[in-house]
Amino acid sequence: MILVIAEQRDGRLNRATWETIAAAQQLAAGMPIKVAVLGTGSATVAQEVASAAVAEVMVVEHPALETYTPDAYASAASALIESVSPTYVLLPHTYQTRDFAPLLAARLRKPLVTDVTGLTGSGADATFVRPMFQGKLAAQVKPVGGPPALVTTQIGAFRADAAQKGGSAALTKFDVRIDSTTIRQKPEPSFREAKQAVDLGQAERIVAVGRGIKSQENIALAEKLATAMGAEVAASRPICDNGWLPMERQIGSSGQTVAPKLYVALGISGAIQHLVGMKGSRTIVAINKDAEAPIFEVADYGIVGDLFEIAPAIIAELEKS
Amino acid sequence: MKIAVCIKQVPTREWQPRLNDAKTWIREQDVSYEMNEPDAYALEEALRLREKQGGEVVVCSAGPARVQTVLREALARGADRAIHVEHDSLGAADAFVIAEALAAAMKDEQFDLVLTGLQSDDQGHGQTGVILADRLGIPSSTIIMEVQIEGNALHVKRELEGGWFQWISMPLPALLTIQSGINQLRYATLKGIMAAKKKEIRKAALPQGIEAAQQIVSLAVPTRSKQTQMIDGSSADAARELVRRLREEARAL
Repeated sequence: MILVIAEQRDGRLNRATWETIAAAQQLAAGMPIKVAVLGTGSATVAQEVASAAVAEVMVVEHPALETYTPDAYASAASALIESVSPTYVLLPHTYQTRDFAPLLAARLRKPLVTDVTGLTGSGADATFVRPMFQGKLAAQVKPVGGPPALVTTQIGAFRADAAQKGGSAALTKFDVRIDSTTIRQKPEPSFREAKQAVDLGQAERIVAVGRGIKSQENIALAEKLATAMGAEVAASRPICDNGWLPMERQIGSSGQTVAPKLYVALGISGAIQHLVGMKGSRTIVAINKDAEAPIFEVADYGIVGDLFEIAPAIIAELEKS
Repeated sequence: MKIAVCIKQVPTREWQPRLNDAKTWIREQDVSYEMNEPDAYALEEALRLREKQGGEVVVCSAGPARVQTVLREALARGADRAIHVEHDSLGAADAFVIAEALAAAMKDEQFDLVLTGLQSDDQGHGQTGVILADRLGIPSSTIIMEVQIEGNALHVKRELEGGWFQWISMPLPALLTIQSGINQLRYATLKGIMAAKKKEIRKAALPQGIEAAQQIVSLAVPTRSKQTQMIDGSSADAARELVRRLREEARAL
């Protein structure tokens, strides 16, 4: 049996859950799939996931799960796992999963394979693919010491629209006891820092810069290229960390997710945290001095070379006509 | 306040991957190493907290003899002393093994706060800190962008997806995994490097019987999901060809 732990916030399902259900279906090889929804007021979310081709949707409601904390979620999930004895537990690799899944694995003393992009084989003997060394290498790994083995699926790696629908799965309630004195984190409401004056999601073209731009003065070169292309300027995380461009221009898991007509990655190596924010772009151009940079794996057009020569040459070419 | 910072030594960003003959791990003899970047931010945060609160910063690492280089570097940046769980097998160990190894060496120290990077730039499991917190019996919070301490209360800003944040309160002792960019890094001064030579690195043995939680069956350069058209030639030629293809093939300009 495979258990999928859905993610919801304020009664809204995180779409990445569908990707994880698709992965579970690929892995299943005849094993039944159950989806657990943790939280309060999750009736709508439970109905939504019940349209998937799964055996059962388990609603785990408890006042301590109303606002997410790693201690409460790990308590509820470990009680559920001990009760249903799955072969695998699958979760989407979101920030919330990254916060509590290692705690869950530690308490259960069971393996956790994170950030999985693919799988080979199926059933109890499957092998999982995950990036290592900043995406420079892909590892085939086997969990040791399960079942269950916990597995998190990288956002965008499995297709949500590949998840098979199957009518209506049985909805059941799972009663869980959580001792509120064991919850040590006290969360406050979430908030947004920048006013998000720039909505990069609406841009037709984007020129994004990474570490390869080397210094703040060189941002002007990217801006000039963007102007010549009719594009907005954006950046990978380290550029915004350095304050060279404002945080609201950051693309990636901690910034905005975009899918423009044209995405030009200038000196961006392509760490997975960046790729998840832009790999849906229609045409991707990568310019990087390192021919092995992972950005070339998602690029339609690639130029290996010095961006300080190539970007001015592109500007000159565009200004010609 | 007694602060521990767990750091890992990882291949440099410039390193080009080469595999061992069995293709199950990298060829370590070719690698040059550096401090894992998120751990460097965790160290900087610890040094800043010590400047405000007083106390001690202890850097901890589990790895082969080579990791002494990053421990010395951390001491040169200002850490007071170091703990090194030394074993050759730790270079390729998974998060469970590293966390158990660190927990055994750290548990008697009674740290008030443990910081580490949110994940490592090598295996990137993103688990070590949280598992370590569980083994030390202390609460954790991850992907932290600001740390405030008042008395025995910890108030931290946790990063969520898509530009959202959240403040969380927790009692001390606690463990935090630190996000890159939380602060501006300092580098070692000559004085710091000289002082580091006299600082203590306590060696700890790897406890027997820690079981790995996963096995690397094979490593490979990832297969491309797209057919990338590489454009060669001089910068001017490549630029001209790119613009032509973007206009005529991709119709993106």
